[in-house]
Amino acid sequence: MRAIFAASALLIAAATTAFAASEADYKAAYAAADAANKEAGALRNQWTTTASTLSAAKKAGDAGDFDGAIAQAKEAEALAKASIFQATSEKERWKDMEIR
Amino acid sequence: MMLRLTIRAAATLALGVLALVPAARAADSIDPLADKAAFQKFYTDKFPKLKLEDFVNGPYSMNEDLHKQWVEKEDFPPYEFSLEAGKEMFSKPFKNGKTYADCFPNQGIAIRQNYPYFDEKEGKVVTLELALNRCREANGEAPFSYVKDDMAALTAYMAYTSRGKPMDIKIPNDPRALDAYQKGKEYFYTRRGQLNFSCATCHVQSPGERIRAEVLAPALGILNAMPIYRSEWSGMGTTSRRFTTCNSQIRGVPLNPQDDEYRNLEYYLSYVSNGLPISGPGARP
Repeated sequence: MRAIFAASALLIAAATTAFAASEADYKAAYAAADAANKEAGALRNQWTTTASTLSAAKKAGDAGDFDGAIAQAKEAEALAKASIFQATSEKERWKDMEIR
Repeated sequence: MMLRLTIRAAATLALGVLALVPAARAADSIDPLADKAAFQKFYTDKFPKLKLEDFVNGPYSMNEDLHKQWVEKEDFPPYEFSLEAGKEMFSKPFKNGKTYADCFPNQGIAIRQNYPYFDEKEGKVVTLELALNRCREANGEAPFSYVKDDMAALTAYMAYTSRGKPMDIKIPNDPRALDAYQKGKEYFYTRRGQLNFSCATCHVQSPGERIRAEVLAPALGILNAMPIYRSEWSGMGTTSRRFTTCNSQIRGVPLNPQDDEYRNLEYYLSYVSNGLPISGPGARP
């Protein structure tokens, strides 16, 4: 019986370790989001929401909440990528709105 | 018989395609005069009761009630303090004894309608705000913030001395000037920010409509009233302030005031309002 408890405890510990995000995961997610936002900056089309979501990711990361930080960083990356898509597609699409 | 029909159909199709080519090219060519005519026609068709010069009053030209508000406001205009301050600042000498008048044609009086202009030496658009700060720096003074207070006061005074004069923006025969104009036009129509709005989304597609409590101004003549006192800002704001706040309102990170994009945008918007009178300083809800 004791052996079963010990084994269960070990399994739970191992599973928790496997699923909890590490600082390294957070840093990688943050770097990807930051790079995408810099690319949007080079296109002169950053969004305020990307900046605020990146700040929220950093705040969560600094507080050691790596799961929360990764979620925020991924959202920031998605926002940055959307702004890049917008800037790229608008290079031609702006003409649709022009008064002629 | 069948062959002849096929040839005739092919020839007709080819002619049709050829006829479309110049039209497509025309749409892509840069023709400021045609743009201005189409731009002004768009608004006069959309608001047939308004005279061209009425558009410089922005939302106050959009309906009778707002127009009455404007008439009442002009009795004790909220920009008056700024205008007085600007007049005083304009004539006060710098530490070196020179004044703003020394930096501008006609001593800086009644010249607002000529700004922005394309500086062929620099190869870029120069706005009035930029020229004022350059004047300060050339005379050993620190530049002002581009968005409000002192800059708004100075431009308010300069606009006041030009009241009633038609906007008169020139595009010199220089490919760089045409390029600046075209880039300004592109900026005006380009969607940006998380809300996916362009300047045109509000000021071409929806002038006169409400966006929450505000009535949107038409783009035609929008800069003729600058700088403006806005109740929403509880103070004065310059063209730079208008552009940067528009960008942040649609959740876009604003560029720096007087970045090339904003200078080009001002060039385009002012050019298509050529002929409309300067009405600045203005007041807005």
